[in-house]
Amino acid sequence: MMHDPTNIIPFFVIIPLAGAFIISIVGKRLKWLPDVMGILATLGLLSISILSVRFVNLYGTLVYTVGGWKPPIGIAMVMDGLTAFFVVTINLVAFCVALFSINYMERFTSKWKFYALFLLMLGGMNGVVVTGDVFNLFVFLEIAAVASYALVAFGTEKHELEAAFKYAVMSSVGSLFILLAIAILYSYTSTLNMADMANVLIKKGEPSNIMLMVSVFFIMGFGLKSALVPFHAWLPDAHPSAPAPISAMLSGVLIKSLGIYALCRMFYNVIGVSDVTTSVFLFLGALSMIVGGILAIGQWDFKRLLAYSSISQIGYIVLGIALGTPLGILAGLFHLFNHSVFKSLLFLNSGALEYSTGTRDLKQMGGLFKKMPITGSTNMIASMSIAGIPPLSGFWSKLLIIIALVQAGRFGYAVWAVIISVLTLAMYLKVLRYGFFGQLKEKLNKVREVPIFMKLSMIALACICIIGGMLLVYGFGRFFLNPAADVMFEGTKYAAVTMAAVQ
Amino acid sequence: MALYILCTILFSLGLYCILRKRNIIKIIIGVIIAEYAVNLFFVLIGYRVEGRAPIHAPDQKILNMVDPLPQAIVLTAIVIGLATTALLIAIAMRIYEKYGTFDITKIKELKG
Repeated sequence: MMHDPTNIIPFFVIIPLAGAFIISIVGKRLKWLPDVMGILATLGLLSISILSVRFVNLYGTLVYTVGGWKPPIGIAMVMDGLTAFFVVTINLVAFCVALFSINYMERFTSKWKFYALFLLMLGGMNGVVVTGDVFNLFVFLEIAAVASYALVAFGTEKHELEAAFKYAVMSSVGSLFILLAIAILYSYTSTLNMADMANVLIKKGEPSNIMLMVSVFFIMGFGLKSALVPFHAWLPDAHPSAPAPISAMLSGVLIKSLGIYALCRMFYNVIGVSDVTTSVFLFLGALSMIVGGILAIGQWDFKRLLAYSSISQIGYIVLGIALGTPLGILAGLFHLFNHSVFKSLLFLNSGALEYSTGTRDLKQMGGLFKKMPITGSTNMIASMSIAGIPPLSGFWSKLLIIIALVQAGRFGYAVWAVIISVLTLAMYLKVLRYGFFGQLKEKLNKVREVPIFMKLSMIALACICIIGGMLLVYGFGRFFLNPAADVMFEGTKYAAVTMAAVQ
Repeated sequence: MALYILCTILFSLGLYCILRKRNIIKIIIGVIIAEYAVNLFFVLIGYRVEGRAPIHAPDQKILNMVDPLPQAIVLTAIVIGLATTALLIAIAMRIYEKYGTFDITKIKELKG
């Protein structure tokens, strides 16, 4: 029983939830516990997620039946290539963020509440990714979302509260649409298990008007969660208002696991993509890319600029994935991984700047490179990576997306992707120019470099940025990236694979 | 059929309330109304005319039963809704402490 590889799957949910529980019971009295617990839980999650990549390569798709009830009756937890890819991305960023928070969160009172909510959010995200049941997905999605509303409001200042309210209302409307779509799907297929649902839908044959309605609701709901452009209004307020580590989590992984992952899973593996959905996704992706990029360049608040840039980069990811060609999906997922790494690094940098200088306004900074060499150099690496300067990871993924677009004959989108890439370079040069180079302001003379754990976490993420391009190398990519792309490319074959994996 | 239409009207009413009202408390009420409409819709899916609860007893035959799964699901959805609502109201109270008003046109520190 111990050697059954499926037994690791529930731990993705158990570890963070148990951690949050323990912290909220005894965290108030034992001051050292929340830090240690946060680090241990995220480290444990990171190691089992790397182990799960290995298991998926050895044994193929793994299915854990909760309580021994076989699907389609019971709830299943499915670990396939795409899930393994996402859990590694999520837990890698979560570990670096937990490391960063040790020093950063000293500024706030009640650090234990922060860690409890953080682990709750992490548990929700991991749950969304590992579950194989549509309603269970909704429940985990809400756990992550409710924890994130509370975390955005964590500072309880004017701005934080306003942003949190806006975010909470818009996001709960998105959840309602998702629940409505699930209700209609359930009445149409009489099942909630994703694999079984896909089977039933294949048997029903031609897509009907009901499925069209379900698709629209899902696009609205998950589009709101992943901040695609017509639904993006909450993101530029919510992400800058949260404490920096949480901004890193929100921009780095939350919008991807709740939005992009759920969208991909539902549309590629359950409902099945058609030409209409492909063109809708391509259009939404391109629109997000363009609008986000243009709005970002005019911002002077560092974190707000990063938030708009997130919208733009999400556009790139959707553009790549929506193409549906093997290269397009691979490029989209690759960019997703790279974006989680460098965007969370950039948000951590903004946190470090705020920690040392007390401001986020780029106009009030300048010449900080000499004072804060580590923050400066990691920021430079991340900026160059997101802007697509050759040896760094961002270059390869953007190049692949553009090649995939050209290959699929979508030249217009490819041209836009290149133009926005130049715009991205411009906006990050602006950050470097005003933030780190130029004249040192008089009142910034006493600024000092940030404490050790913040440095460590930024250096770790910067290293991943540099070696990120390695994911394309044959042996490495075959284990990590290609299985994920294959799951999406195979589409509704997911049902047969998952059902076969149930013992 | 009439019930489904009423359900849709309730949902639209909630959405209208969220989009058009200026008072924070009214917006929260809008969220609650829309949520209840979705819950009601989910329960209606499992409903059958003159159906009974699917409880098995040795001397009874169940001919026409309602689907119990939507009821269990809606129970979960209600609990989730409770958490969201409680958090929204807590935030609304804090907003009132800071701004001294519930009017969203006056709470505009963040732009666009």
